[in-house]
Amino acid sequence: MGELYNKDEVEKIRKHIDKWESDVVPQWLKRVPERSNNFTTLSGIPIKRVYTPADLNNFDYEEKLGLPGEYPFTRGIHATMYRARLWTMRMFSGYGGPEETNRRLKFLIEHGETGLSLAFDYPTLVGVDPDDPMAEGEVGIVGVSVPTVVDMEVVFNGIDMGSVTTNMTINPPAPVLLSFYVAVAEKQGVPYNKIGGTTQNDPLKEFIAQKSYVFPPEPAVKVAMDLIEWSVKNLPLWNPISISGYHIREAGATAVQELAFTLADGIEYVRQLKARGLDVDEFAPRLSFFFDAHINFFEETAKFRAARRMWAKIMRDWFGAKKPRSWWLRFHTQTAGVSLTAQQPWNNIVRTAIEALAAVLGGTQSLHTNSFDEPFRVPSEFAAKIALRTQQIIAYETGVADTIDPLAGSYYVEWLTDQIEEEAWKYIDRIERMGGMLEAVKKGFPQREVADAAYRFQKDVEDGRRFIVGVNIFVENEVEDIRKVPLLEFDQKGIEERQRKRIAQVRSSRDQQRWSRALDELRKAAERGDNIMPYVLQAVKAYATLGEIMNTLKEVYGTYVEPPIY
Amino acid sequence: MSSPQYIEERPFKVIVAKIGLDGHDRGAKVIARALKDAGFEVVYTGIRQTPEQVARAAVEEDADVIGISILSGAHIHHIQRLMEKLKEMGADDIPVVVGGTIPVIDVDKLKELGVKDVFLPGESLRRITDVIRTLAEERRRKVRLL
Amino acid sequence: MSLNNSELAVLLDKARRGDLRATGKLLTIMEDPYRLPPEFFDMVASQAGRAHVIGVTGIPGAGKSTLISRLIPELRRRGARVAVIAIDPTSPISGGALLGDRLRMQDHAMDPGVFIRSVSTRGLKGGLSLAALSMIELFDALGYEKILVETVGVGQAEVDIMSAAHTILVVTMPGVGDDVQALKAGVMEIGDIYVLNKSDLPDAQKAYEYLSFALDKGELGSYDSGWTPKLFKVSAVMGQGMAELADAIDEHASYIRSIGLARLKVASRRLTLIRLMSERMLTVAVEEEFKRVKAELEAKALKAKGILAEASEVARRACKNLDNLPPT
Repeated sequence: MGELYNKDEVEKIRKHIDKWESDVVPQWLKRVPERSNNFTTLSGIPIKRVYTPADLNNFDYEEKLGLPGEYPFTRGIHATMYRARLWTMRMFSGYGGPEETNRRLKFLIEHGETGLSLAFDYPTLVGVDPDDPMAEGEVGIVGVSVPTVVDMEVVFNGIDMGSVTTNMTINPPAPVLLSFYVAVAEKQGVPYNKIGGTTQNDPLKEFIAQKSYVFPPEPAVKVAMDLIEWSVKNLPLWNPISISGYHIREAGATAVQELAFTLADGIEYVRQLKARGLDVDEFAPRLSFFFDAHINFFEETAKFRAARRMWAKIMRDWFGAKKPRSWWLRFHTQTAGVSLTAQQPWNNIVRTAIEALAAVLGGTQSLHTNSFDEPFRVPSEFAAKIALRTQQIIAYETGVADTIDPLAGSYYVEWLTDQIEEEAWKYIDRIERMGGMLEAVKKGFPQREVADAAYRFQKDVEDGRRFIVGVNIFVENEVEDIRKVPLLEFDQKGIEERQRKRIAQVRSSRDQQRWSRALDELRKAAERGDNIMPYVLQAVKAYATLGEIMNTLKEVYGTYVEPPIY
Repeated sequence: MSSPQYIEERPFKVIVAKIGLDGHDRGAKVIARALKDAGFEVVYTGIRQTPEQVARAAVEEDADVIGISILSGAHIHHIQRLMEKLKEMGADDIPVVVGGTIPVIDVDKLKELGVKDVFLPGESLRRITDVIRTLAEERRRKVRLL
Repeated sequence: MSLNNSELAVLLDKARRGDLRATGKLLTIMEDPYRLPPEFFDMVASQAGRAHVIGVTGIPGAGKSTLISRLIPELRRRGARVAVIAIDPTSPISGGALLGDRLRMQDHAMDPGVFIRSVSTRGLKGGLSLAALSMIELFDALGYEKILVETVGVGQAEVDIMSAAHTILVVTMPGVGDDVQALKAGVMEIGDIYVLNKSDLPDAQKAYEYLSFALDKGELGSYDSGWTPKLFKVSAVMGQGMAELADAIDEHASYIRSIGLARLKVASRRLTLIRLMSERMLTVAVEEEFKRVKAELEAKALKAKGILAEASEVARRACKNLDNLPPT
C-alpha cells in the first residue's frame, strides 16, 4: 500500500488546521461572516472551508488513479488523450423533413464532418406515423421525421453510407430506425462490416427520466437487448447502445444520482446480455455512455473521473471481463439544457462554456454544447455556431487539453471524486438489493428519487438557497431584449403535409401481401420471444411503416402507462 | 345568479397536463407538487395528452384552472385545439395557463388565443402558484351555474 | 344562502340531455349535498335507482385504475354508459392533494358515454362517503348504467361506500407475499368477484391456486346472498381477461336483481346517505354553537367547572338551532 502522504506529515497538517480554525479563522469571521453556513455541491455534498492532504488519508495513488490508459482509468481511457486527438465535437442537430436533413448532412460532409448525428422529431421518437392524430403539429419540429425506409433513403440520398458514421438518438423504435439505416445501406451496396454508428437504445432511462417509453419495462429491455445482440453478431462497427445519464440529470437528478443510476442501468444490461449466453468481452467494448455536464464545476469533473473508476471495477471485478478495452467507460457529454434560462438568454453562452470546460477536464470522448436560444426553440444556425465555437476556443486557445487530467492531485477534487464514488456505490447497493435496475424501475424507486431531487432543487432556488443569475439574483426586466433573439423559422405545416403525402404513397404502392406477411411474421416472432431484429428488417424492406411495426409489437408487448409518481 | 354554495369551501382544483408527445415532465411534476403544497387539489393527467383529453378532464373534474406544459415546440397548434375544444364543451370560462420552451413572439400569440399567462424556463414557483390562485379566485367569483 | 332550485333543475335537465359541463358542475354540488334544497335532492333521487354500482377495491399497486380503464371499453361494447368515481388515497393532513388516478383513465376523450371524476378526502368537509354516495345518486339519475367506484384501504368511509355497491370487485396481484394475508386487510369477506391482476408475472399461477383454494374453503368472499364468489386471472395492461370479467359482472347483476337484492341495495345506500347527512348537519350545528359560546366557556373550563354539563348544553342548543333547518 503506497500512501501518498507520510503519516507524520499529515498529523502535522491536521494540528495546523486545528490551530488555524481556532485562532485565525474566528478573527476573520468576526470581520466578515461567510456567505453561507452550509456550502454544498449541487448534489448536496457539504463543502469544507479548505482541503489539505489530511483529507486524502490513506490515499493510494496507484489504486485510485494510476496513469492515463491504465486501470482504473481515473485519469482517462487513452494514454495520450487530447494531446493526440481532441474530443469529437459532435453537434446533435436536425429538424424538418428528410429533404432538409439531407441538404444539411451534405453541407456538413462538405465541411469535413464524417460523424453525423441525427435528431428525430417526436412522432418518430415515440414510434408514431406522421398521419397519426397524435402526431399533429409535431412533425419535423425537434428533429427529422423518418417514418419509412423511403424517408431514410431521402436522408442519405447521395451520401456514401460506407464512409460516414451516424449517431441516432432513438430508443423504443431503435430496431426500426436501425433497420431503415441498414436497408438503405444495403441498397447502396455497403457491406454490413462497413456500417458504422450508434443507436441510443437505452430503455431504462426512458422510464426514469426521458419518458419516450412505449412498451412496459420488461419487453422494452428485451427489445433493446435484441438490437445489441444482433449488432454484435452482424454489424462489427455499430455501437448498439449509449447508456445515458444525461436525461436522468436533466429530469432533476443530482450528480450522484445521475452517476449511480446510469451505472446501475449498465449493470442491468450487462447481466441481461450475459444471460443470453454472450461473452462479456464480446459486447462490453461496444457499450458507450452519455453524461450531463452541469454548472457545479468541480463536482462535474469529479463525477466523470469517479465514473471511469467505478465502471472499470464493475467490468473487471464483478463481470470478469478480461480485455482492458472492456473496462473502458467511453462517454459523450452534453452541457446542461436545464441550466439555461429564458431570462437574459445571452448568459447561457457563458454557462455552456463553463460546463463544457468541466467535461473536457473530465476527459470526455465527445461533446455537444447547447445553444443559448434553447429555452425558446430548436437552435438557430447563429446560436449553434457560437456553441461550436465555444468548444473550439476551449480546444485551441485555453491550453487545458495540453496535459492529461490536470485537476488530478487537487486535494479538493480528489476528495470530491472519492465522495461522489462512495455515495454512488450506496445507491448501487440499494438497487442491487432490489434485484437490479429493472426491478427498481418497476418499483418506481429511481423515478421517485429524481422527482424528489427536482422538487428540492426548485425549492432551494425559490428560497434563495441557490442562485441563478437573472432568475433570483441580478434580475432585470428585459422582455424587449429577449424579443431580439433571432430564432429558427421554418414551414412546419408544409413539412407535415409533405410527410403525410409521402407515407400515403408508400402505403398505397407497396406489395400488400408481402407487407402483411412480414408484419404477421414479426408478431409471431415477438410472441415466441425470438430476437425481433431480423423480422423488423424484413418488415422494413416490405415497406412497413414505423407506426405499423410499433403497433404490431404493442399488441404483443402492451403499452406502458406511468404510475402516478411525483 | 351566482351560487354561493357552489363557490365556497372547496379547495381550488387545477388540471396539470402535458399535451403532445414530449415526455419532459419535470416542470409539470414540480409545479403539481408546489400547487399541492400551496393547498390546491391537483389532477395530474400525465404525458402525451391530446387537447380533447385535457378539455374533457377539465369538464369532468369541474376544474378552476388548467395548467399545460409543452416543451416540444408544438404549443401554438395544441393550445389552439384546446381552446376550441373548451369552447365546444362550454368550458371556455376555465382559465388556461401554459409553461415550457416558448419563444416570446409565441407568448403574444398564445395570449391572443386566450391563454391567461405563459411561464418560461426559470419562472419562479411562487409566481406560478400566485397567478393560478388569482385566476382561480376570479373564476369562482364570476362562475355561473348556467 | 343556498342554491336556486329552478336553476338547479335546468342544470339537471341539461346534464340529462348529455351536457357534460352541466354534469361536471352538478357533481361539484353533490359533493357536499346537505345544504341543497331538499326538493332538488329528491328530484335527483327519484330519477335514480336503476344503475348497477360496482365497487372496485384492493391493495395499492394492484392495478385498479388500469383494470378500470380496460374494463370501460368492454362495458361500453355491451351498450352501457359508464361512470367512474376515482377516490384518491393520497390525502395528506396539510396542504392540498395530488390526484393521479386519471393518469391511467384518459382513453375515453372521444366517447360521450363515459364520465370520470376524481374525489379526494381533502376537499370534502362532509366526508368522503357522503360525497361518493351522493355522486352515485346523480350518475344513476343521469342514466349511467354502470357506476364504478374505486377505493383503496378499509377505513369507515370505504365500508360505507362498499355497502352501497351492488357488486364488489377485489383486485390483487401476485407476489405480495401471502396473498390471502394481504387480502385479509379487511376485504376478505366482502368480494363477489376476485381479480388476480398482472397474471403475466412469474408467480401468478401459484397465487391463483392459493386464492382458488381459499375460495373453495370459504375463507374468501361474500356468501351472504347465496352467490358463489368467483376468481379471475387477468392482465389489465395487456387487456387480457376483460370480456370474461365483464360477463361475470353482468351475471352478478342479473343474479342480485333476480333475488331482489338490487333494490334493497338502493334502499340501504339511501339509508346510509340519511345517516351521513344527519351526522353532517349535527357536526355543523355543533361547530357553530361552539364557536358562539367558546369565549365564555373558557373560564369555566379552566376552573374545571361543568365541563360535561356544558357539553350537553352545547349539544342541546345545537339541536335546537337545527330546528331552523331544512336549509332555506
